Amino acid sequence: MESRSTNIWRSIDWVTVVLYLILIFCGWVSIYAASYDFDNASIFDFAERSGKQLMWIGLSLVLAFMILMVDFRVYETYAYLFYGIVMVLLVATIFLAPDIKGSRSWLVLGPVSLQPAEFAKFATALALARSFGTYGFSLKNRRDLFRAVFTIVLPIVLIIAQQETGSALVFVSLIFVLYREGLSGLFLFYGLCAIVYFVVAVKYSSLMWGAVSAGEVLVFVFIFLVVAGMLLFYQKNRKSARYLMWAYLVVAAASGVLLYCEVPVNLLYVCIGTMAATVIYLLVLYFSTRSLRLLTILATAIVSVVFLFSVDYAFNDVLEPHQQKRIKVALGMEEDLRGAGYNVNQSKIAIGSGGFWGKGFLNGTQTKLKYVPEQDTDFIFCTIGEEEGFWGAVGVILLFVTLIFRLMAIGERQHSAFGRVYAYCVVSILFFHLAVNVGMVIGLCPVIGIPLPFFSYGGSSLWGFTILLFVLLRIDASRTERH
Amino acid sequence: MRKDYKLAKRKYVIGGIVLVIACIYIVRLFSLQVLNDEYKQYADGNAFLKKTQYPSRGLIYDRTGKLLVFNQPAYDVMMIVREVKPFDTLDFCRTVGITREQFDKRMEDMKNPRLNPGYSSYTPQTFMTQLSAQDYGRLQEKLYRFPGFFIQNRMLRQYAYPVAANVLGNIREVSPRDIEKDNYYKRGDYTGDLGIERSYETVLRGEKGVEILLRDAHGRIKGRYEDGRYDVAPVSGKNLKLSIDVELQAYGEKLMQNKIGAIVAIEPSTGEILAMVSSPTYDPSMLVGRERGKNYLKLNRDKYKPLYDRALMAAYPPGSTFKPTQGLIFLNEGIITENTLYPCYHGFVSGRLKVGCHGHASPLSLLPALQTSCNAFFCYGLRSMIDNRTKYKSAAEAFNIWKDYLVSMGYGYRLGVDLPGESRGFIPNSSYYNKIYGDNRWSALTIISVAIGQGEVLATPLQIANLSATIANRGYYYTPHLIREIQDTTISAEYTTPKHTMVDKHYYDYVVEGMRMAVTGGTCRVGAIPGIEVCGKTGTAQNPHGKDHSAFMGFAPMNNPKIAIAVYVENAGFGATYGVPIGSLMMEMYLNRKIAPERKYLEERMLQSNTIIYSGVKKH
Repeated sequence: MESRSTNIWRSIDWVTVVLYLILIFCGWVSIYAASYDFDNASIFDFAERSGKQLMWIGLSLVLAFMILMVDFRVYETYAYLFYGIVMVLLVATIFLAPDIKGSRSWLVLGPVSLQPAEFAKFATALALARSFGTYGFSLKNRRDLFRAVFTIVLPIVLIIAQQETGSALVFVSLIFVLYREGLSGLFLFYGLCAIVYFVVAVKYSSLMWGAVSAGEVLVFVFIFLVVAGMLLFYQKNRKSARYLMWAYLVVAAASGVLLYCEVPVNLLYVCIGTMAATVIYLLVLYFSTRSLRLLTILATAIVSVVFLFSVDYAFNDVLEPHQQKRIKVALGMEEDLRGAGYNVNQSKIAIGSGGFWGKGFLNGTQTKLKYVPEQDTDFIFCTIGEEEGFWGAVGVILLFVTLIFRLMAIGERQHSAFGRVYAYCVVSILFFHLAVNVGMVIGLCPVIGIPLPFFSYGGSSLWGFTILLFVLLRIDASRTERH
Repeated sequence: MRKDYKLAKRKYVIGGIVLVIACIYIVRLFSLQVLNDEYKQYADGNAFLKKTQYPSRGLIYDRTGKLLVFNQPAYDVMMIVREVKPFDTLDFCRTVGITREQFDKRMEDMKNPRLNPGYSSYTPQTFMTQLSAQDYGRLQEKLYRFPGFFIQNRMLRQYAYPVAANVLGNIREVSPRDIEKDNYYKRGDYTGDLGIERSYETVLRGEKGVEILLRDAHGRIKGRYEDGRYDVAPVSGKNLKLSIDVELQAYGEKLMQNKIGAIVAIEPSTGEILAMVSSPTYDPSMLVGRERGKNYLKLNRDKYKPLYDRALMAAYPPGSTFKPTQGLIFLNEGIITENTLYPCYHGFVSGRLKVGCHGHASPLSLLPALQTSCNAFFCYGLRSMIDNRTKYKSAAEAFNIWKDYLVSMGYGYRLGVDLPGESRGFIPNSSYYNKIYGDNRWSALTIISVAIGQGEVLATPLQIANLSATIANRGYYYTPHLIREIQDTTISAEYTTPKHTMVDKHYYDYVVEGMRMAVTGGTCRVGAIPGIEVCGKTGTAQNPHGKDHSAFMGFAPMNNPKIAIAVYVENAGFGATYGVPIGSLMMEMYLNRKIAPERKYLEERMLQSNTIIYSGVKKH
């Protein structure tokens, strides 16, 4: 015991520990600022959120210490057990949790409330790492791929069932892990395309070009570019790509001239016709070269078109009205300052009014006066933006980016796939939280209720991230021991 | 374990994505926080409740220190539209005493950017003004039920005397145009309308202060911002002391009751206006409070036009009160000497032209001509001047010199009194006649009636009074003004610099003597006041509206004059019948503070008489 413990303190990654301590300290101070009341001044007052957060921080440090004391093999050995327990908890939560603001995600055990979804991140990361660590595991193997995807999708389904869409989306970020471990880059590309198609289609759905929606035409144009681009970069068929681009340009120019001469052209039909011609051309190419990549391109084009025509349906019939609103607000299609847009608008006002140097600690009027809802939880970034200004907000972002890069470096130096995959899980989850939370606060993402790691008030979130991080540090500290 | 170096390169892709997102966010933050200023203003509007602190408006005193105008509290209902939560509209309407329709109309007007350019849903807006004390009490009790509404105390004017409405003016709510012109004003503010309130608005209104309160998202006041460090205390308006003698003013208004016309009394040694009566007049408190609109409309529609300040807005033919100016011009131009005699055969006759006159000795010189108000003398004088081809190249040149004299005496242009709406009267010049009669197609005979203050010549009672003051001063005047003192400020130098006429000082002595003779043994005999050497000149002005206007111009005492006066009574006949009695009574009251017993009958007659029945108005 003695020898291993000294060993730990020497081999632990202190850079990460220091970054962690800085972040939770900043978080604590921000919570004090965000929940500061004119009448109440003490940062240590346990009746206040800053006082409580201090308690959570204290407990987190104890937890971190305990994690470091445990043998690193325990995490790999019991990974599936953890995963199983948490999944059972998630299922139980669906049925046992009380309805809080429409979501059933909190388990109330006497005075303590727990959000199992926070711990699901850790459990899923561990289980995924364990799978990849299994001898002979490869994403090229269809069964293994299915196993990995299932490990990720199961908590998503369970958490959506709790009406916590925001937390569920976090798991989607694990696609970065799969990518790092060999999933085709096409999937990242498809993900990007899907986002672009969706944003363009929704944002311009009500702008009409003649009889057709500009959104649909624009997405078609984008699909054509994707097809041509894939021919060029993916199939490396420069000649065909050039032919295709010329053909598209001719069609576009012809449509333009006709429209200019006030001939009514239905652009949607033009697009569909062009797409049909493209498909035929790709088929002809396939039959002459028998290149499988051409089929992939063909499938991409067809799936894209199907996706495009289902966006409307998905947006209007699958999404809840409040979700539609939040998306529209983020896309700048609606203001709705009293409803869905209120938070975002107030948070932009708070941040915008901070200026370069900020208003100074505890001097933020917007956050002090509670204009921004949830300002000590999901919208805590506002307080930083208002009181510390541009340099403070950028400072926080850079701290996170530094931490993420440090964790990637840790991941890359692991000798085992288990350690590396786990590290990338932590990186993906942290990054997703940072991007979505900050993006939401500055009005670039739709409002998705997920916390800013280490900053947002709340024990579950802080503990969840502490566990995620320190388990990684524990594994990292022993990376050389295994072999 | 085997390391897949190809896959290891993918860390750069992931790292790249992280960096790209971070950069996008930093750029966004930069644009939000550094480039964009808009959010700072929103934030201020959000969190600061800027509560206006209204200054108290300056008080107005008369020359003897009597308080004329002071303030009384009034209550305005204010609202911040963003903070209004659903409330019982009907209950609210009942409490403040309006109908549902009026409520909707007010809301609509308030939000109409044309009617209310400063509208914002973040800042307090005036919903309605001047709540009665009762309604105020009731609303105050229920106010908690109407979030977003609050009551603001304002000051209204109150008048200690029911006189001098034309001088004092009043205050009214600002119009959209006022707000556009001067961004000091917000909807619901008050500004001076007419009179002193208007001309000294910027002095009287003071400066609004502001109290900055912090307000949370629910509109609750969380305290004062920085303990009031940025609050601005209101600066009270400055008090004014007017040159008006309120007792003299009241006396003048009493004498003028049932008459149409004006009195202007000036202290010659300063140009201060002692009284400025316009008749008919009204009680200034009619234009205060919620009844203002109704009363204003009533006054506006009144066919005798009480809102029209005849003392300085009405341009009348000055009639014989004009003759002293003629005497002075002729003397100074060397057309006549004090000994020049002109004949009067019951008037001025030249060919078929005849200007009638009344019985008196003939021929006569300037002094008796003034004494008896001989028309012929001045007609001969004017003809001698205009038709003098040795001295002037043309009638036009002679006439323009004549005009310049009059302008130097304060005629033909605004004198610059410190009240709005002054008329400039009218003194023609040669090009005016050239236009009517053709170039050089006119001579003295064509325009002969201007010599006796008829024809094209027009003057305001203020200009006539100023002439009187100029004669009293023997050749100079101070621009007539109402302001005597402004608290902590010196009054405009315009009012303390003497203005000399083009006529040599010593010629004035003849005119003064002639005007003295008019009182001792001429047209103004009834104006004699025991123990005081009064000088005067009557005027009886023909006019197209019916009976002649009765006018008087005079000053007293003859040496070291204390008061100069002009009286003008429309359609009242001879100057001696109304003008002289009223003018002399005013002077006597001012100088002696009482009316001598032997002159009481005159006062009685004036108070009893009614000339309004002769006014042109009645006939329409």
